[in-house]
Amino acid sequence: MTIIDRGSDGTDLTLQGIGTPRYDREQRVGFFTDTSICIGCKACEVACKEWNDVPADGLNFLARSYDNTGHLSADTWRHVAFVEQPTTDPESARSGVRWLMSSDVCKHCTSAACLEVCPTGALFRTEFETVVVQQDICNGCGYCVSACPFGVIDQRKGDGRVWKCTLCYDRLRGGQTPACAQACPTQSIQFGPLEQLRERAAARIEALHDQGVDDAQLYGDDPGDGVGGFGAFFLLLDKPEVYGLPPDPVSTTRDLRTMFNAATAAAFGLLGIAAATLLGQRRG
Amino acid sequence: MGASFGRGAATGFQQDLANADCIVIEGSNMAECHPVGFQWVMEAKARGATVIHIDPRFTRTSAVADQHVPIRSGSDIAFLGGLINYVLQGGHDFREYVVAYTNASVLVSDDFQDTEDLDGLFSGYDPDKRSYDTKTWQLAHRRPPAGSPAGAEKASAGYQHGSGGASPGFDGDYEMDPTLEDPRCVYQVLKRHFARYTPEMVERTCGIPEDQFRKVAEALVANSGPERTSAFVYSVGWTHHTVGVQYIRTASILQLLLGNMGRPGGGIMALRGHASIQGSTDIPTLYNLLPGYLTMPTAGRDNNLRAYIDDQIGQAGFWGHLDAYIVSLLKAYWGDAATPENDFGFDWLPAVNGDHSTYQSVLGMIDGTVKGYFIVGENPATGTANGKLQRMGLANLDWLVVRDFNEIESAAFWHDSPEIESGELRTEDIGTEVFLMPAAAHTEKDGSFTNTQRLLQWHNKAVEPEGDTRSDLWFYFHLGRIIRDKLAASTDPRDIPVRNVTWDYPTEGQWDDPSAEAVLREINGFSLIDDPDSSHGGGKVPVSSYTELKADGSTSSGCWIYAGVYADGVNQANRRKPGSEQSWVAPEWGWAWPSNRRILYNRASARPDGTPWSERKKYVWWDEDAGKWTGLDVPDFVATMRPDHPGDPDGPPEQRLPGTAPFIMQQDGLGWLYAPNGLTDGPLPTHYEPHESPVANPLYGVQSSPLRQVFDRKWNWSNPPVNAGYPYVFCTYRLTEHHTAGGMSRGLPYLSELQPEFFCEVSPELAAERNLVHGEYATIITARSAIEARVMVTDRVTPLRLGDRTVHQIGLPYHWGWRGLATGDAANDLLPGVLDSNVHIPEQKVASCDIMPGRRPRGPALVKLVEDHYSKAMDGHPPAHSTDW
Amino acid sequence: MKMRKLIASWPAVRQATNLADWRGMGRTVQSERSASLEPRTDTADSVVRSICPYCAVGCGQRVFVKGGKVTQIEGDPASPISRGRLCPKGSASKQLVTHGRLSKVRYRRPHGTEWEDLDLDTAMDMIADRVIKTRAETWQDVDENGDRLSRTMGIASLGGATLDNEENYLMKKLYTALGAIQIENQARI
Repeated sequence: MTIIDRGSDGTDLTLQGIGTPRYDREQRVGFFTDTSICIGCKACEVACKEWNDVPADGLNFLARSYDNTGHLSADTWRHVAFVEQPTTDPESARSGVRWLMSSDVCKHCTSAACLEVCPTGALFRTEFETVVVQQDICNGCGYCVSACPFGVIDQRKGDGRVWKCTLCYDRLRGGQTPACAQACPTQSIQFGPLEQLRERAAARIEALHDQGVDDAQLYGDDPGDGVGGFGAFFLLLDKPEVYGLPPDPVSTTRDLRTMFNAATAAAFGLLGIAAATLLGQRRG
Repeated sequence: MGASFGRGAATGFQQDLANADCIVIEGSNMAECHPVGFQWVMEAKARGATVIHIDPRFTRTSAVADQHVPIRSGSDIAFLGGLINYVLQGGHDFREYVVAYTNASVLVSDDFQDTEDLDGLFSGYDPDKRSYDTKTWQLAHRRPPAGSPAGAEKASAGYQHGSGGASPGFDGDYEMDPTLEDPRCVYQVLKRHFARYTPEMVERTCGIPEDQFRKVAEALVANSGPERTSAFVYSVGWTHHTVGVQYIRTASILQLLLGNMGRPGGGIMALRGHASIQGSTDIPTLYNLLPGYLTMPTAGRDNNLRAYIDDQIGQAGFWGHLDAYIVSLLKAYWGDAATPENDFGFDWLPAVNGDHSTYQSVLGMIDGTVKGYFIVGENPATGTANGKLQRMGLANLDWLVVRDFNEIESAAFWHDSPEIESGELRTEDIGTEVFLMPAAAHTEKDGSFTNTQRLLQWHNKAVEPEGDTRSDLWFYFHLGRIIRDKLAASTDPRDIPVRNVTWDYPTEGQWDDPSAEAVLREINGFSLIDDPDSSHGGGKVPVSSYTELKADGSTSSGCWIYAGVYADGVNQANRRKPGSEQSWVAPEWGWAWPSNRRILYNRASARPDGTPWSERKKYVWWDEDAGKWTGLDVPDFVATMRPDHPGDPDGPPEQRLPGTAPFIMQQDGLGWLYAPNGLTDGPLPTHYEPHESPVANPLYGVQSSPLRQVFDRKWNWSNPPVNAGYPYVFCTYRLTEHHTAGGMSRGLPYLSELQPEFFCEVSPELAAERNLVHGEYATIITARSAIEARVMVTDRVTPLRLGDRTVHQIGLPYHWGWRGLATGDAANDLLPGVLDSNVHIPEQKVASCDIMPGRRPRGPALVKLVEDHYSKAMDGHPPAHSTDW
Repeated sequence: MKMRKLIASWPAVRQATNLADWRGMGRTVQSERSASLEPRTDTADSVVRSICPYCAVGCGQRVFVKGGKVTQIEGDPASPISRGRLCPKGSASKQLVTHGRLSKVRYRRPHGTEWEDLDLDTAMDMIADRVIKTRAETWQDVDENGDRLSRTMGIASLGGATLDNEENYLMKKLYTALGAIQIENQARI
């Protein structure tokens, strides 16, 4: 690849590595979306569509503040929610109004129901522990659609297959940052190894609490929650339901998994008994 | 800012905002309109800075600010004047800075009378000419200034030296009182002038409660001084007013008093709107300017080169070399044909004799005097105040050339426009011949943009344009070539300049594109004396700075302030050393004018003795051992001039200033709190109401700026002020998701879907008052037009209390037009063409209107609605001259 | 051998033989396409350093080209101003330069009701003729006082703020040589 940079001072140009977090294959990566510094510009929505060739999905004036996207769908993999709230805090000099903005995305759950119900192996967990739909396999059965506790995964009209955020799987394989995080002007969307992001988020929430922002809370950072924690988690300035997010999401297959594990144990148990029986018979 | 500091451009750079302890964003919606630059504000905030947003609406900027202060559109001078009053009354100014670096101590002429004395007018006003004689505004000199006191005899003139200081007539030899106690000194004049801008008056004028005002004032004062700095950020929310220049003046005065100019984390960040707005004034396509803020010759005054130079050359400071700048430009234009004998071809420049700005051109189209028009990457049919006036002008041309990506509204007006729809125009009747030419994008051509911080950055061609698509550089080069061919044999004297103009640019590529780098080299300029020792193999050697330019014809430079952009034969605008590999000032990324300086007037970041004001805010300082100024940036000063240099009256112009004078483009080297020259409408800012206001001026008997330019004529009538027919204020603005009049966004699916329709923002109170329903339509009416918009009822717009009355404001994003994917009425159709007298910029940020629920009528009924509403407001009287109001 | 490979690639077999992914939700079900994915920017023919054409922040852009077409535009991390970031408009730059552009000259004759085709060279020649004619018809040598004007008031120009400095320079130079003074741009608007 040639780099066209005529007339410059000949500075060495590396395409990758500048400003890109270091991460390895086989390391879990994700997003930390810090909504306290989101300016609602929607660069994430556009950068995602440009990179992933996601179709435009219509000119719909929704009269919902500055949100004309509505929700995540097969054709919207990043969605910025806008919440206008009256404030009554007498100390607030904010004209009696607060405007929350938050860029939503697929959560890449630790325990991902969509993946668990997929009968074809189209949905799979990548080497970065992200959850990705393989378009060459998906047959559009749609089981995953009803399984997702967030309503993220969706079938594309006229195509039938399901589409959602891949955390820019192709870019990850090339050592790059996903398109939305790369574009985000204020670094509200941060990308990196999940463990690092969780540490950063913990520090950030502590700082906000010290500043008196009492409602600030992390959403999806807890591996003990109903989906085993998110690969893409959030810092919110109010309760999740204010942003249209389920307050206590539970993997629709959580019980199934317990049952499956019990059934597997039982199956192995039975197998053992059968084997023992067989062996016993031989000895006999 | 030109009048206050010497250069009309942002004083710092975006990254430096991160160093501010307090940032006041006013007249700008930075998070929405400059989102990526806003990262530096967020960075400052993360470091503990206080971010304050003052704006009529609560925007995405307000959402992340520490404080949002709603203000009535068009009242910023009252608010900023209130802050100045707070600083002066409380003695909060940075005294050592103010005494040393501003004209606070200079005495003003005995004859000067202030708006305090004349109820809103300054002395020297001529009501017949609607202009000022500036004689009484002058500063008191110890002895008469050398040469003719030209400035003292002239009528007030708009500021033209965007990059440079005052008009002549000053040598800095003033009567002064460093104690600042003499009642005639600027400091005391200022104090009296702003005395009535009390917190109560601010509340009554701006609708800002006293406690909110005090909070801002206290934050600014607490974050200014030797250890701390505060920055101001503004944009077209300040310039789009009939007193726009004075808005910026007010902020300049405040920042000088607080000692924030020329220092890191300080300054005034003028956020220009678009990729190369700064560039298009530096290398102007403006009627009154030549490149580098040299003025166009004025008929009757600049009858020859000597007269032109004598009229404008500075007696001290760097405008003292104006002769070198203009002669070098003439050498760039005419090449070898420019000789000392023929005045370097000065007579081949056309002359101006009045206001020939774009508004006058449009009126000329309607009147039939302007016959041919080029529109190049612009969309006046929707993008300029009073779209109907623009379209009526287009419809009366002989020929029109439009160069753009698509068939924009300004190309389609003859078959698709509101006037075709209303029946006011018929396609068959329109005689305009239209050439619509596809234009190349930034990826299809080489060239440089000058961004908001005076930084030239080069973009390289990535692909060839397809079909008939060509760059504008290609278009003008080949148009010139063809015209020159056709006139080659002409003997008509008027064809001499076009035959002599240097036009020998090398071409390249499959379309014979002229080399953009060759043009940049010409802009930079050359030493024309053969240098056999040169590494360039003799011949023309690029100059490395404007200080090398000569008045004898031995140098050329197409734009003296850009001299250095091709220093050492290298395209400095294409320098791309990664930011992570250099200091935070990043001097090796691109090239900033002048001389790659990133913070202007940075001499002021040191004390008069040359040491930094504080360790925390050190930036440029005097190195006694090395005998020169040094620091993090290129010193904006004569590099070897000692801080104790007394000023040498017999030396070259820059040496005539003392070593303590940071504003080196000014003839006295001082920051101007009081501006005796350079402004048409007063030496100090004064609150006047917008041209169309529902509020009577609470401060003075004079309602609106007496010098504002109005054009009372068909299609441009004004709403009478304080009139029940037009009771509400509206303000136009941009959204993140679109670009200006939409030419580069409304055709793109990814952007259009984010903001698909035109809407108006209203408060719940106004919605109740006018029965407006959220999500439905409303019709907004002025004397020019009626348009419809979807209704957005929101708490983010708040009714303002001005004493005992309430003022409602309506927000209107102006991106839409009737073509493209996301379509809607154009907000600019509502506005009158009314201009600032200094710079002829229209008042696009505030006017009055009425609003009613439902969609507007179609066809002739629309015209009738507008006329009936106006007639009712005028109580049956015929249209009146709005200057009488 | 071939058969063995085929069988080995069968997900159920991969699942059974890969203990770490015994539930068949990871590497074992990775398709060949997934296993060979790479960012399209890695296979671009060239990457060109550029600057965003929208606002005056001046963000750095990298334009990726393959087969003579722009395939991606994204922020340049090396820029000390933008640090690789872009706003929605900047992020839509690829669509700006590739989507629905006019590529042929369009001509509307006086009083015409339709656009017509016009050859580019012919258009250039016609425009040059109109400039020369209008200029001649509206030329002013002197004003009413006899002071020199040397100009035409019959031609005006309005430029946008996305023009390059070099373009503005040539425009102003040509117009000035022609004596056209009503040359303006968006900075006044």
